[in-house]
Amino acid sequence: MSSHRVRPLAPADPSRRTFVKGLAAGGAVAGLGLWRQPSLWAQAQGLKPTIELSGTDFDLTIGETPVNFTGRPRIAYTINGSIPAPILRWREGDTVTLRVRNTLRREDASIHWHGILLPANMDGVPGLSFHGIHPGESYTYQFTVKQNGTYWYHSHSGFDEQKGLYGALVIDAAEPSPVQYDREHVVLLSDWTDEDPRRIFAKLKKQSDYYNFNKRTVGDFFRDVRQHGLSATLADRRMWGQMRMNPTDLSDVTGYTYTYLMNGATPHGNWTGLFTPGERVRLRFINGSAQSYFDVRIPGLKLTVIAADGQYVKPVEVDEFRIATAETYDVIVEPSGAEAFTIFAQSIDRTGYAAGTLAVRHGLRAPVPEPDPPQLLTMADMGHDMAGHDHGAMTAGAAAAADPHAGHHMPAAKPADPHAGHAMPAQPPKPPDPHAGHDMPKQPPAAQDPHAGHDMAAMTAGVQTHPASEQGNPLVDMQAMNPMPRLDDPGVGLRGNGRRVLTYADLRSVFDDSDGREPGRTIELHLTGHMEKFAWSFDGIKFSDAPPIRLQYGERLRVVLVNDTMMSHPIHLHGMWSDLENEQGAFMVRKHTIDMPPGTKRSFRVRADALGRWAFHCHLLYHMESGMFREVRVEE
Amino acid sequence: MKAVPVTCVLLTAALLAPPSLSAQHPHQQPPPKPPAQKPAEDHSHHMHHEQPKDQPKEPIPPLTDADRAAAFPQALEGHTVHDKKLMYYVLFDQLEWQGTSTGGVNLETTTWIGGDIDRLWLRVEGETHDGDVEGVSADALWGRSFSRWWDVVAGLRQDIRPGDPQTWAAVGIQGLAPQWFEVQATGYVGAGGRTRARLEVEYDLLITNRLILQPLVELEIYGKRDPARGIAAGLSSLESGLRLRYEIRRELAPYLGITWDRKLFGTADLARASGEEAGRARVAFGLRTWF
Repeated sequence: MSSHRVRPLAPADPSRRTFVKGLAAGGAVAGLGLWRQPSLWAQAQGLKPTIELSGTDFDLTIGETPVNFTGRPRIAYTINGSIPAPILRWREGDTVTLRVRNTLRREDASIHWHGILLPANMDGVPGLSFHGIHPGESYTYQFTVKQNGTYWYHSHSGFDEQKGLYGALVIDAAEPSPVQYDREHVVLLSDWTDEDPRRIFAKLKKQSDYYNFNKRTVGDFFRDVRQHGLSATLADRRMWGQMRMNPTDLSDVTGYTYTYLMNGATPHGNWTGLFTPGERVRLRFINGSAQSYFDVRIPGLKLTVIAADGQYVKPVEVDEFRIATAETYDVIVEPSGAEAFTIFAQSIDRTGYAAGTLAVRHGLRAPVPEPDPPQLLTMADMGHDMAGHDHGAMTAGAAAAADPHAGHHMPAAKPADPHAGHAMPAQPPKPPDPHAGHDMPKQPPAAQDPHAGHDMAAMTAGVQTHPASEQGNPLVDMQAMNPMPRLDDPGVGLRGNGRRVLTYADLRSVFDDSDGREPGRTIELHLTGHMEKFAWSFDGIKFSDAPPIRLQYGERLRVVLVNDTMMSHPIHLHGMWSDLENEQGAFMVRKHTIDMPPGTKRSFRVRADALGRWAFHCHLLYHMESGMFREVRVEE
Repeated sequence: MKAVPVTCVLLTAALLAPPSLSAQHPHQQPPPKPPAQKPAEDHSHHMHHEQPKDQPKEPIPPLTDADRAAAFPQALEGHTVHDKKLMYYVLFDQLEWQGTSTGGVNLETTTWIGGDIDRLWLRVEGETHDGDVEGVSADALWGRSFSRWWDVVAGLRQDIRPGDPQTWAAVGIQGLAPQWFEVQATGYVGAGGRTRARLEVEYDLLITNRLILQPLVELEIYGKRDPARGIAAGLSSLESGLRLRYEIRRELAPYLGITWDRKLFGTADLARASGEEAGRARVAFGLRTWF
């Protein structure tokens, strides 16, 4: 029995039935206490339990393994026969050697070490780092580990990651850990499908809403008429119909095909991590899914977030956090007062969840919550967050909770000169607005003064400008008119839920900006897409049509991202950190993957200290493969 | 202006349970209780607070030849993704039996093969009634997206029935109109300066996420009369249908429906003159399927 699927229905409908599909645990029932306790079920399926490997020398074998997560036998791709792949435990400062053998019969393979600083030829991206690993051949990765924390590794070849090629990386600090804890567990979340991922991709190309069974119906229309009146409902439908967008479009691939896994176990398989009451338990959450966002909470426990993407942050106590695809969060919990607690990770679209248990012994289970009702995207989510918008109230009202930004909109910003702010003498030119006036996406290095007098007014009062390549481009189906950083927005589905939800505004690295220079230039990139075509790109240009983004070795630059789509995109730069900035352009938190919800404009700093050719892409597998990808080339 | 985002942040921070944003707003509450001891500062990053702004605190490592060799391995061909992959779609929009007391089979298919912008489109239609083939035709069109929602198409149409085979040059547009109406408008030019135009509009109304009502309207206009085929100049026919399908899977949807076809104006007169009815209502049972 696997993911619990919620019958798709209108957000406000209180009655919900849960359908359950599949079998118990298709994979290993695994936890640190259990890694070496192979489950009979797993053996019967041919899948080995996920074990932890540590040291400096590792032998990893990519191959095919029969699995059964849903009642239907399938062939997965595995590393050393398990899903997830073995936990690799490294030590900061060590030189690690990883011999990776590809035993697949016909396909090239690869492994990428996500978020790890290393030479480009060790990064594992076929065609950029190396030639890939041909069938029957091996590749030896060797590099010195320069960091510590929680990371992960996965295939970077085609759709192989979706078939099971992913695992956790835990790097112990060279110094004793700055955070004390008594016990730790990796909690790796992922999405399994019985379908061939190439079929999923093809289906999305043919019918992009194939997996969305939560679209608004005639019944929803009449319910909205009752709740909001006919004219508001008509106006709302007219607006979405005008855009040809769907406010229920939260995930491209849903629980319709996905079985969500926690450390390779289905919810019924109930991965269990042990604790002794009174212990401080460090949970290393990793979103190793191909295409899923999860909202994670442990009812009954406070979560103290201590690290994001492997890097320590100032501790912040929350009830719940959203983990974008490829992000990691380290959390301290102190379970007591009960014998079992459910770790509940519902997918952003609420079509299913991964769940497991923290317990004092195996075999226990705490109540598993129902998924929350899905919320609708708002006009703010679409980057159309303009005051006096006729339809915002309706859209927010139709969702279960109000938009926290309601009433914070800009006062009727006229479609004015984006540089209007320059004329305001009262505004000091510093701090410079990182988001202002970047209507020149391809500025040459050092040709531009970043302090050219832009201030916040330019960003907030002006209408967002867009690259010329987006204009009249059939691959671009919308543009954000007034995107905002919205770092303090919990995001659709988490607003006003009565729980304290982590936002990016809560995240502060425990260290200062280690480079310290002001960015010498800005590169603005727009995340673009066409929902109906299922085509994804940057600036309306797909990877195959785009030249590399060239960086000068040693330069400090700012990357501004504008989301011109209605979906969230976790944007990952290989080889270098993405140092997320706050609204004023100051360093806030070091990350390797920046979540870009719809309607946002966010910036991060990059120190180009890694020579070579690097991948830069949306970490949603099917977006990446349809073109939301760039090569970043750091040259001398 | 400048104050607005800050206000927004503060209000939101107040709405959510504090604490947050300690670094940005010194007057806010102190950060939460650290888990045990505060994570140590990264000492390596804290050495030089007063260094000049154009020099990195942490120096950029000088490059060696080994670094250069590792950074740019020889003869790499570049990464590839699936953004130029040739895709296809074959839709049997109507594959049905139509009838009242007598009946026939009706087929309408759309196929495309290509990429995101350029596609080859094939539209095939066939209809039988009482065992006779009433109409068979195929359009082969090259289509190119020229804006967010619209493609221009151009190519050839071959009518096999009714009458003798006829070939037409075709040009048109197709796409998704506001409010999710799927629209096809195609103009044709045939031998002897014959012209013809077709407009087709359809819509999917979601009763539920699987039970979908599809209204469809098709209009046809001819530039010249063609008595051999019973066609007069002008607006010649209206075909309409209302099909209710249930998507067992997206690709597999049995349906039932009603269709109402009406010959119009001069074409209707020609039909009546030859003893046929100008209008025809029928029920339809069929399967909508695609792969």
